Amino acid sequence: MKILVPLKRTADPDNANKIKIAPGGAKVVTDGLEPKPNPFDEYAVESALRLTENGTNPKARLAGDSVVVATFGAKEASQTLRQALAMGADSGLLFEASDENLDGDLVARALAKVVEREKPDLVVMGKQAVDGDSNQVGQILAERLGWPSATFAMSIELSQDKKSVIVGREVDGGVIKLKLALPAVITVDLRIVAPKSITNHVTPQTHNYQEGARYAPLPMIMAAKKKPLAEAPFASLGVEGVKTSYVKFEAPPARKAGIKVKDVPELVQRLRAEAKAL
Amino acid sequence: MATVQTYRAPLDDFRFILEVLGYDAIHALPGYEDYDLETVLSLLSQADTFCREVALPLNRVGDKHGVKYDPATASVTSPPGFPELFRKYVEAGLLSLGHPTEFGGGGAPHAVALFINEMITATNKSFSMCPGLTQGLIEAITHHGTDDQRARYLPKLIAGEWTGTMCLTEPQCGTDLGLLTTKAVPEGDRYRLTGTKIWITFGEHDYCDNIVHLVLARLPDAPAGIKGISVFIVPKVLEDGTRNGITCAGLEHKMGIHASPTCVMSLEGALGELVGEPHKGMKAMFTMMNVARLNVGLEGVALGEIAYQTAVAFAKDRRQGRAMDPEKRERGAAADNILVHPDVRRMLLEVRSTNEAMRSLAVFTALEIDRAAKATDPAERERGADLAALLTPVVKSFCTERGFQNTSECMQVLGGSGFTADWSIEQYLRDLRIAMIYEGTNHIQALDLVGRKLPADNGRSYKTFAGLVREAIDRNAGNAAIADLVTALRESFSTLNQLTEWLGSREVDGEVVGAVSSAYLNVFGLTALCHQWVLQAEVASKREGKFFETKLKNARYFAHHVLPRVDSLAKVVRAGKRHIMAFEADEF
Repeated sequence: MKILVPLKRTADPDNANKIKIAPGGAKVVTDGLEPKPNPFDEYAVESALRLTENGTNPKARLAGDSVVVATFGAKEASQTLRQALAMGADSGLLFEASDENLDGDLVARALAKVVEREKPDLVVMGKQAVDGDSNQVGQILAERLGWPSATFAMSIELSQDKKSVIVGREVDGGVIKLKLALPAVITVDLRIVAPKSITNHVTPQTHNYQEGARYAPLPMIMAAKKKPLAEAPFASLGVEGVKTSYVKFEAPPARKAGIKVKDVPELVQRLRAEAKAL
Repeated sequence: MATVQTYRAPLDDFRFILEVLGYDAIHALPGYEDYDLETVLSLLSQADTFCREVALPLNRVGDKHGVKYDPATASVTSPPGFPELFRKYVEAGLLSLGHPTEFGGGGAPHAVALFINEMITATNKSFSMCPGLTQGLIEAITHHGTDDQRARYLPKLIAGEWTGTMCLTEPQCGTDLGLLTTKAVPEGDRYRLTGTKIWITFGEHDYCDNIVHLVLARLPDAPAGIKGISVFIVPKVLEDGTRNGITCAGLEHKMGIHASPTCVMSLEGALGELVGEPHKGMKAMFTMMNVARLNVGLEGVALGEIAYQTAVAFAKDRRQGRAMDPEKRERGAAADNILVHPDVRRMLLEVRSTNEAMRSLAVFTALEIDRAAKATDPAERERGADLAALLTPVVKSFCTERGFQNTSECMQVLGGSGFTADWSIEQYLRDLRIAMIYEGTNHIQALDLVGRKLPADNGRSYKTFAGLVREAIDRNAGNAAIADLVTALRESFSTLNQLTEWLGSREVDGEVVGAVSSAYLNVFGLTALCHQWVLQAEVASKREGKFFETKLKNARYFAHHVLPRVDSLAKVVRAGKRHIMAFEADEF
């Protein structure tokens, strides 16, 4: 089975409070922030690895399986791909583009072209990037491909014959399980990296993964230097044209100071009368 | 209040140091081709994440719980989470990175492994002792073991399946190893060892199943004193799976590094195998100790760094008193941020301006070790070995002493809060204190420098070092941007040269060396730090950006506020032994 994981690099989400708005609200300025992989995309890489390996120690990729990571971005974004290769992905694709000339729709169309070329059985990606927070690329991509999709995945169970998956989706009030015939698109949420969220019928059911995306072991960082990483201009995908234009950026209004209430009845009363939350 | 533990590895500084010290030349050496600067930085960045997210949260836990000894089973239980931490550390490849590829290591340059040591020491010093000693053992077997010993021990040690110790000290024999009495009696092609060893770090633990002890002992026909010591490998579990006769008889209760078991080891006819030649044990120990001493020196840098980051985090948040200059007072506030106070800045700068240069000096030394190991030109190898030998005692002693002062200075920035457990600096201070003592006390380092390293090969290594300092001064003679730094280096270098010459003169006897060598080492250290600052400033003065401006400011603080201490120390050196030896023993 071949899995494609699209990746985006974002300005260090741990320091998101340091971003600034350019004068006049023309754009968001992230100068001085280290570029890091979008966390949800890292979870997607982790999910793809878990789906394609025998998770017992040492982890080994299952025969015939592979994980391909792809990104659209500046030349430096190849580092983000190398990080994913160091985690265990097998090969990387960089299509050089400037973030400013991309939007969710164009990214989804371009990814559809990548899918046509790479012919993966499954696309696993983050539910959204933590910079734009659009949450639309996975959905548009599935629509364009005419593939089934499941968003907000918190569990994935790959069938024994590898022809379908059962995806647990986080929805208001619980989890809904969907069965998807492959090929399909899955977008993942935070809990997909819980110790037992992925089942591939090879890794023993008793195996507990470490919570979160795995650390790249240092020898793997060295080995990742030798893994294939192809670079091509974005234009080579033959898609263009963004539909989104940004009018103005504004920082959210500063938070007002809170008040202390003396007891629960007052809290309820204020929630009702002032906040109109009840 | 919850305990504050804050740390981010200074990766920008790591990069800058490697650039300034010409890392490219090391990368070009045979065997290091894969380790280009960008790859090194991505390795270090990953190691930083591991240390911060996995090792640091257990630091306080280890301090609080400590290690427990069960006399009934002679076993040691680690604080919660520590055996898993070791397993994760090994899986992350942090233990194996700097070791030979033929035995499963990563083959990285020493300088790269050194940065990893700094990070793990800063975030969990107790824990770092275990991989640290294992590294030492790997070095010893690599250099002095037979092919067969290398094949049997190195893969397991490098893979973290076994760990290592060094068993030197005995109850009657600390600094003076000549007093050692542990016996080794031949039996077949092996030996039976009997004796008691004390202060054995990680002599017993629950991280893994086997522990390989490197034990100093005497053969029956050994000459008396230091020339009769041999080195043996004594595993806890023998190859056939039986338990060897080396057991932990108890643990020490200590000021710090509570999560690191300091064991009394009892050898009762334990089976061991000889490493290297009979009676030549001290030679083997010294190869191992050079790397170990460099790493101990770095402990001062590591804990100084985390203490500095903690002090800065506190200072940026704390308001107390008003700025002296009314212009700098914040309107509407009852008090200003304490960074307005010159003395708060002074304390932070004392730490930073020394710590960045100490790190640089330690890396400089590690790069020379790499040069000594891998250079194809014999003259280059000699230069590397000479400089590493000369600077190792300086790094060990100067960086631990100064690092301890620095950590204490950071506590001072926090005032009373620094003395509470809430900010963890008190733990860093307790954990670091031992670094001035173990791996050869700081005074032993000074004696090593003055008594052994300076006179060796007619002062060849000092001449090499002096040549490099002179080159830096000459190269920057016309660099107006850093003229004051160059002048400061020239003056302190001239003082160091005079003192070095005087120490080699006839009027200086053994007692004078004993009396003044520690002060001399500090003159050497301050001058070597200034040399590092000039090297850094030379590069920084030609680049643009905040990082480089800050570098130059730090260099200037060092040259004008720290370096002048050379003059008072020089006076102390020149005072010689008279006022020390004037006392009768009963006057103490």
